[in-house]
Order: sequence, then structure tokens, then C-alpha cells
Amino acid sequence: MMINILLLSVAILTLGGISGALLKNSGRQGTFWGMAVCITGTVLSIIPAINILWTGRTISHQLAWSIPFGSFFIAVDPLSALFIIIISFVCAICAAFGVGYLKDYEGHKNMGVTWCFYNLLFASMLLVVMARNGVLFIMAWEGMSLSSFFLVMFEHEKQEVRQAGWTYMIAAHFGAGCLIALFVLLAGSDINLDFDRMAWPSSPFTAGVLFILALLGFGAKAGFIPLHVWLPEAHPAAPSHVSAVMSGVMIKTGIYGLLRVIPMLGPPELWWGYTLLIIGATSGILGVLFALPQHDLKRLLAYHSIENIGIICLGLGLWLIGTVTQHPFIAVLGLTGGLLHVCNHSIFKSLLFLGAGIVKHATHTLDIDRLGGLQKLMPKTALLFLVGAISICGIPPFNGFVSEFLIYLGGYNFISDTAASGHVIAAGIIVIISLALIGGLAATCFTKVFGIIFLGAPRSENAAKANEASPGMWFPMAILAFFCVAIGVSAPFCIRLVLPAVRSLHHLPAADLNAGFLPLLSPITLVSGVLFGFIIAVTLIRRRLISRQTVETGLTWDCGYVAPDARMQYTASSFAQPVIDMFRHILRTQRHFQMEEIDFPRQARFSTHTFDLFRNCLFEPLFRLSDTVAVWLHRLQQGRNQLYILYIALTVLVLLVLTGR
Amino acid sequence: MNPLFHILSWFSALILSPLLVGVINRTKAFYGGRKGQPLLQAYYDLFKLLHKGAVYSQTTSWIFRAAPIISLSVALTALLLIPVMGYRSVLSFRGDIIFLAYILGLMRFVIVLAALDTGSAFEGMGASREMQLSLLAEPIFLTCLAVLAAGTGQLDLSGMIKSLWSTSTSQTNAAVLLITGALIIVLLTENARIPVDDPTTHLELTMIHEVMILDYGGIDLAFIEYASALKLWTFSALLIGIAFPFRAGSPHIDLIIGIGGIFLIAVMIGIIESTMARLRLLRLPQMMIAAAALSLTAFIWVIK
Amino acid sequence: MNNSLWAEILVLGVVLTNFRLLASSRLFGLIDTMQIQAIALCAIPIALAPSASALSFRLVMLALITLAVKGWILPRLLKHAVQKTNIQREIEPFVGYDFSIMVGIILLGVCFLISYRFGTDANLSSHFLLPSALFSLLIGLMIIISRRKALTQVIGYLTMENGVYLFGAALAIKEPLLVEMGVLLDVFVAVFIMGITIYQINSEFDHIDTDRLSELKD
Repeated sequence: MMINILLLSVAILTLGGISGALLKNSGRQGTFWGMAVCITGTVLSIIPAINILWTGRTISHQLAWSIPFGSFFIAVDPLSALFIIIISFVCAICAAFGVGYLKDYEGHKNMGVTWCFYNLLFASMLLVVMARNGVLFIMAWEGMSLSSFFLVMFEHEKQEVRQAGWTYMIAAHFGAGCLIALFVLLAGSDINLDFDRMAWPSSPFTAGVLFILALLGFGAKAGFIPLHVWLPEAHPAAPSHVSAVMSGVMIKTGIYGLLRVIPMLGPPELWWGYTLLIIGATSGILGVLFALPQHDLKRLLAYHSIENIGIICLGLGLWLIGTVTQHPFIAVLGLTGGLLHVCNHSIFKSLLFLGAGIVKHATHTLDIDRLGGLQKLMPKTALLFLVGAISICGIPPFNGFVSEFLIYLGGYNFISDTAASGHVIAAGIIVIISLALIGGLAATCFTKVFGIIFLGAPRSENAAKANEASPGMWFPMAILAFFCVAIGVSAPFCIRLVLPAVRSLHHLPAADLNAGFLPLLSPITLVSGVLFGFIIAVTLIRRRLISRQTVETGLTWDCGYVAPDARMQYTASSFAQPVIDMFRHILRTQRHFQMEEIDFPRQARFSTHTFDLFRNCLFEPLFRLSDTVAVWLHRLQQGRNQLYILYIALTVLVLLVLTGR
Repeated sequence: MNPLFHILSWFSALILSPLLVGVINRTKAFYGGRKGQPLLQAYYDLFKLLHKGAVYSQTTSWIFRAAPIISLSVALTALLLIPVMGYRSVLSFRGDIIFLAYILGLMRFVIVLAALDTGSAFEGMGASREMQLSLLAEPIFLTCLAVLAAGTGQLDLSGMIKSLWSTSTSQTNAAVLLITGALIIVLLTENARIPVDDPTTHLELTMIHEVMILDYGGIDLAFIEYASALKLWTFSALLIGIAFPFRAGSPHIDLIIGIGGIFLIAVMIGIIESTMARLRLLRLPQMMIAAAALSLTAFIWVIK
Repeated sequence: MNNSLWAEILVLGVVLTNFRLLASSRLFGLIDTMQIQAIALCAIPIALAPSASALSFRLVMLALITLAVKGWILPRLLKHAVQKTNIQREIEPFVGYDFSIMVGIILLGVCFLISYRFGTDANLSSHFLLPSALFSLLIGLMIIISRRKALTQVIGYLTMENGVYLFGAALAIKEPLLVEMGVLLDVFVAVFIMGITIYQINSEFDHIDTDRLSELKD
């Protein structure tokens, strides 16, 4: 029954999306049709998923189909259900936002087609987390990559958008290639790719190879460094609500894939855990480090997605290490922290991307240094963006803190365990130091973002003319912001939504889990409550005290200067400069400075640019090399039929010789 | 323990923390051969500020007005998490160390935003430096606490500090001496003291914390100053709890010794401020790297 | 405070002075640090003695002689050389100071990891002496590799020698005096010769950058 509703939802999204694209006049109607389909799909998918998560059971459905390698096999366990809830929730919110956001483009863009791909992306993500057959999984995975590719190409008339799209396409297919190899190898001699028919790999070596393949395949989607290069290109290129979906949930399907495949590889090994931990630490630290010098808000947010994927990986690394070294409590802490961070990140990251969308919509620019003072012009958006910014920095009492807290606790538990061996303690300290560094850098980055964009005075005319967004745009954000606060202050309750998913990966009695997490998380609620109490009390005291005094307004104190203007404000680049300078060996920020060489120069120009280290120093040389090889191979292609026949004959001959024995 | 007694340490901090500033200033005056300001000067200042109105810049928004409230509330909450020697904190739970570090992060976050809210280049400069230094201080702080966790096998601050020196091994004790050094650097950084920052200079270009609150006056300034005093108390209590090598056993005697120790740390800060010059900004990361080396050495030392 | 805590503090002192050697650019500062390290080093065998009655005359004499040579004569010689050559600081090392410290932290971790491999052998008098000895050796090597000035390199040699001394204490060799005296003599001669060489190089070429010596390769 439940599974039928879920399938119905996928079918409605697919068919409804396609029929929307076929609509004749696809302006406003296309939008409303797409939106209606999306909301229907959400309702139909989220209800069964909540039911499954609540009851903790697994339902499956298996049909024979004409495609080889197994059957049409789908199943939903609590892990899938958790991801279905996240996907549906974020997709619906972003669709509601998209209605307002896309209004600008109506008329010169085909709305029906855009919404078609949006709904197809939604449907294929649902199918990815439900599929239990290799072929079906790859098909859904490809559908997801392709539909998001077309969404990224929304403004395909721009050169940089096209380039971003192709970068994304290459990365997606590199990942898909690894996944196909993974599933084929997993199936072994048996040609059935149903997940339940796959046996554990025969040797630890094979299992290790398969683990690496899974890391590469899913990591390309999730954005592990150095496979992240497509993220900072594709996210800024796509429309904001699409970036929100891509960054909020689509890259999480990579995490889902890892969680699904790792138990299929047999008992985990210690080095898997360490690999994940190191990937987590590097992605986390480098992600936020590269976010810091960015000038484009959406590119900055894209780098932050890499950072958060890193945090999730730290949790998963703790999970594997804890499992192998017989620390079930720490393993569960890591896994729960990681899964909760998946939820949290999907909420606050989509919130921030939607906020960026509103800023773009209102000012037509995303260059941080051209904005400023938006707090006064669009107070609601600013408040909601602030909630997202505090959440992503992992500052209590918002939701980002809860998941980071659990991962921290995992690390500290490794360290305080006196019986633990040295290398496990090393894992603990890696987690703690990287999380602390990530936290500090993220706080620097988001004080910069919020402080420069929303506070102070407008730095350009566009920013000065901004207007508050329509309720249709800020209300979806408000829902997301509500969940940021709600998960933060009611952590002991909200964790129960994640625990069934944890249990489907790590078998522990439900009562033990609930009882274990309550004393860990209830103090957070308590202290947050105390903090709110103090804030209310201090506010009241202040109000009482100030009511008897005079309150005036004046100019900002600038050491006696009486005509401060917006251009004298500190810029985002200067704000980040000390930190960028500390890490200059990694960031390699390029500076361009021009000034007339006279005594009183009338104008000067200064700009900085930070290229992606891995794009410039790893992939570009690699692709240039392959280019050279391709040019060299071009000689084989002479355009003469005789020659080609010779090639065929030679190949056949070689094959005969090789297989003849 | 009687719940009323339980928050005794919290109330003593509320009452006594401005006195810390007085003790620091008197120590500096003694070193400079001056008579110095009255010990209770900080109280007079706070009292005077509370009876003044406010002047707000036109560029500022509600964030500028909310920041002092939030930072004072955070300081009050942080105090609840801090034990004084063997005297347990009011709220203690597994992982309160992490909460403490992050809630102080909230305080910094709002003050930095308030500084950017004024649109002044000076305040932006201070905010930028504050974030740079705290970003280095935070990993050091959490590593120091990891050393304590490894040495004592506990995850709550009260339990850690209680079992330090009384039941811990000499290996742990040696490591604790190292992190004392690292924590002093963290304390000086977080509380904007010489050699990191100069709390007395009024040259905007050289300051960090003071320049961020340049536009505050009246009640708001009183709140911020009081929050800073409470934060100084928080760090001093933590430091004395870790560094003081004896435990009386009875929590009440521990509390009295601890409060005495906190004032001893104020004297120490005064001596440091009188004998050292403010470091150049470019040298500060080097000092933080030294602190990081101390804390990591301690960590390597403490694990078996 | 018991004896073992003092021993820990002294060994920690050696480790920390090693870090200081990595971080300092002033030659006088380096020499002073060496002096502190030597004092800590001499006290270690005494602090390691289980009780006051276990302190033999030979042990105390060894400590005193080491103190005299490392804590007094060698630093004076080096300071003399610094004054003669009139060079106060290492200007541009091959490896920067901040980076050196980070490498130092990693090296310390590696040393501890390596000494776990040895296990807690019965003849090791303390678990932290062996890694610290190894650490001193590596730091000495690192200073020699990463610095330009001949004087700094001499200090690197001395650090290595201190590491050897700690090894002696760690492995509780029955006759540490013999081993130690032999090594000490070697180093003494080496420093002496280098002192002369530095002086000569300086008066010939007006600098003591060793990398310029590579011009002599032909």
C-alpha cells in the first residue's frame, strides 16, 4: 500500500512534469502546473515515508521487467524514508520559492520545460533512494544527473553557464562510470544486480577496491575534495531554487549511496574509516577555506556545501572506526551526527541559497562587495538569512550545533576512553581539531557575508534600490528557518526522527538508543532555554533603564570625520584578508593592482581572484594531457576505408591470438 | 548540596567580576609606580554608564541594539557552565566544554556583526582581526580540553577539574602544566589583553576588541563591559581550576581558594601587561602557533 | 609533587626548548635556549633516580661535568663566535619558522608512534624518554638541513648530541659515562673546529652562509 503511494508519486512527478513541458502556452500556466505537480508528489511521498520512519519497518516491492540483470526491485527502509522526507520537503519548499523567483524570466524562457526538469529531478532522486537494483539505481542516478544538468543550463545563452554545465556533466559521468563498475563487480559472476542477491566480496582486497570505487562514484556527486570542482561552477550558474535543491539534497544522494553500499561490502575495515575521516577533514577545512575569498555569494555557498559534506564524512568515519574497534556508542554518535547533519544542512543550506536568490532578485548582483545595508530595505529576508548563517556556523541554539555536537562527542569519547589504542585517539583529535577549525573559519566567512551584504550602508545603486521580497518568496524561507530553530532547541525530540534510520544501519535496540541520547541532548535544550530566559530578562531590564533616558541618532564615529560615506566602509575582501593571508600558500589568491605612478593619483584599481587549487593544478594539466594524447591518436584517423578495414582485421587477429590458447 | 548554595559560585562571579578589572589596573599602577585608580572604579563606571542615554548611528539596525543584550546573556549562561575548582558548575553535562566554546562563539558573532553594522572602517578592521585571532584560539582551546579529557577520562568540565591533581597520574600533571601555558595565551587573546590587544589605548588603528565597540555608549556599553568582565572571570576560573595543583576536598573551601586564585590570575595578567609590550599584529599568528605547539605536545604527551 | 613529575617536567623542558630552537631566529636566543636545554638535560638522570640513596657519586659527577661542558663552556664558545663574526640572526632559513614548528609537532607525534613499536621494554626507564630522545635527534637534523648559517648548524649538532645523551638515560646503559664522554669529546672537537672555520670563512668572505660553500664544488 505505502509503496504503491510512493510509486504513484514518482509516476505523477514524471508524467506531470513531461506533460507540463508539452503545454502550448508555457508562461504562468507552466509554472502553476509544475508547482501543482510538485506539491502533489511531495504530499504523496512524504506521508508514507513518515509512516515508515515512525514504525521502523521495511517494505519492498519486486516486479519482473524486460530489462536484463534482475528485476524492478524497490524497497523503503527507515534510511530511505529519512532521505525521502528530506528530498520531498526541500523540493516542495524550493518549488514554492521558484514560483516567485522565475517570474522575472517568464516570457523569454519556457517555464514548462524548466518545471519539467525540476519535477524529473525530484522524481529521480526519490527513485535513487528507493531502488534496490543496480540497473534501476544507475538509471535513476543518470536521470538525476541529466535533469539537473538541464536545470543548470537554464541560462544557456551565457558562456560561463555553458562551461559550468559541461564541467558538471563530465564530473557526473565520471561518477556514474565508477558506479557501474562498482555494481558489476559487486554482482560478480552472478548477473543479477538486485541488491539483496549480491553476496559479500570474497576477499578483503576486492572489498577495498569496491570501497574505493564507491568513494569515487558517490564522492563525485557529494563533492569530496578533489572531486568537488563542479560544485562551485554549477551552483552559481543554476537558478537559486535549483541551487538550493542541488546543494541541499542532491549532493546528499552521494552520502546516501555510501551508506547503502558500505554494508553490502562485508565487515568494514579500519582503513575505510580513516579514509573517510581524512576525506572529511580535508573537504571540510579546504571547502570553507576556499569559500572565504570568494566574491560571488552563490559560489561561496557552494564551497560551504563541500565543507558540510566534510563534516558529514567525519561523522561517517567515526562510525566505521567505532564499529571496527568495538566502540558501538561512538559509532552510533558518529552515524547519528552525520545523518542529522544531512538533515540540518539540507535545511539551512537551502535557506541560504533561497536568501541568495532574493538578493539576486532584488539587486541583480551577487557580488558581495557591491551590496550592503539590505537589512533596512528587506528586514524579513535579512532575519531569515541570519538564522541560516548562525545555523551553518554550528552556533547554539540553532540546529547546526546539535549535529556537530554529536560528532564532537564521538571524538571526545575516543580520547577519554583510557583503554583505547593510540591510533583511535588520533582519530578523535583529528575530528576535534578539524571541526574547531571549520567552525572558526565558517564563523569568519558568515560574519563577512551577513555583515557586508545586510549591514552597514549600501555600496552600490542597485543595493540601495532593493525592495523586500514578496511573501511568496520569504515565506518558504520562514518555514526552513523555523526548522533551524526547532531542531536546535528540541534536539532530544527531533533526534528520534533520525534514530530509526540509524538503527537500520547499526543494529541496536530502539529503547537503548532513545535512552542513550536523551541525557546527551536534553542539556542542550535546557541551556538554550536558560539562554533565552536571560535574553528576555536582560531585554526587559534594558527597556526599563532606557525608558528614563534620551535616545538620539547621529553619525557613525569615524575619529572625528563628519562625512562618512558608503565607500569608506570595510569591504568583504578586506575583512577576509588577514585569514586569507595566513593561508596564502594554499589559497594562492592573485592580486591585481593598478595605480598611476604620480604623486596624487586620481584613481586606482585593486582586485583579487582565488582560483580553485584542484581545478588549476590537478584537473587542467590532466585534461591538457588527455588532449595531447587525443591529438596524437588523431593520426590513426586518416579517412581511408582501407585503413579502417586494416584496423578491424588487425584487432580480430590480435583477439584470435589472445583467446586462441 | 543545597540548590541555593549551588549557585553561590555564580552569584559570587556576578558580584566580584568587575573587581578583577580593578585588580589588574592596580597591579599595573603598582608596577608603574603610580597610585592607580580606586579598586572599585569598574563598579563606578558601570553605575554611571547605566544612567546614561544612548546615541545610535543612522546606519545601524536592530542588530546593533541586540548585540549587547545577547552578549551579556551569553556571558551569564557561560558562567553557569564553569566550575570553580572542586565546586561543581550549576549546569554540568557530558560535552559542556563544547557548548562553552560554541556559546562564546555566539557572543563573538553578534559583537562582530554589530561592529559591521556601524559601517565604520575602523570597526570593520577590529572585527576582521577578532575573527582571525579567535579562529586560531578556538582549536587550541578545544585541544587543551581534549588533553583534560584524555588525562581524566571525563567529559564534563566539573568532573575533569575535580579529578585533576588529586587522582591523575604524573604524566597527566606534566601535560596539564603545558596546557596551562597554552590556556594563558588563549585567555589573553579571548579577553583582548596585552600582548594581543591593548584594552587601554585609544588609537583606533591598533585595537581589536575596543575598536569594535567604539560606537557604543551608555547602557549598551555597560552591558558589554560587564559581559567582558564576566568572560574574564569565566576564563580565569577555568585556568585556576586547571593550574592550581591542590584540592581541599571540601567544595566550599575549594570555592574560596578558587576565588582567591581568580584574583591571583588577575594579578598575573597585570604583571604580564606591565612587563610586556603589545606584539605586532603580524607576530600574533606566530604566538598562536606556539600555543598550538604547546597544546599538541601536551596531547601527544598525555596519551599512552 | 613526586620525583616522576619532576622527571616529566624536565623532559618536557627538553622538548619545549627544541621547539624554541625551531622558532627562534636570533643566534643569541638560540644559544641561551641551548643552555636551558643543557641544564634540564643534566638534571634528568638525578630526577630519574628512585630515591636519594640511589644517587651515586658517579651519577652526580656525570651531571656536573655535563653541566659544565654543555651549560657553560660550549655556550661561551658559541657566543664568542657570534660576537666575532658579528652576525646576530638567521635571516632567511630554507624552511620558515612557523612551518618548522608545524613539522616539529608532526615529528613529535611520529617519534611517539615509533617508540610504541619498541613496546614498554623492561630496560626502558620511562615511557617518554625514548621518544623525546628521538625527537631531539630529529630536530637537530632538521635544524642542520633547514638553516643557512654555520652557527645554527653547530647548534643543530649540539641538539643531536643532546638526543644521544637522552638515549643513554632512556636505555639506562650501565656505563653511560663512557659513552657520553666519548660523544662529548667528539662534539667538543667538532664545535671547536667549526668555530675556527666559521671565523675563517667569515674573515675571508664576510658571511657564514653555508649554501655559498656550494660554489666551491668545481
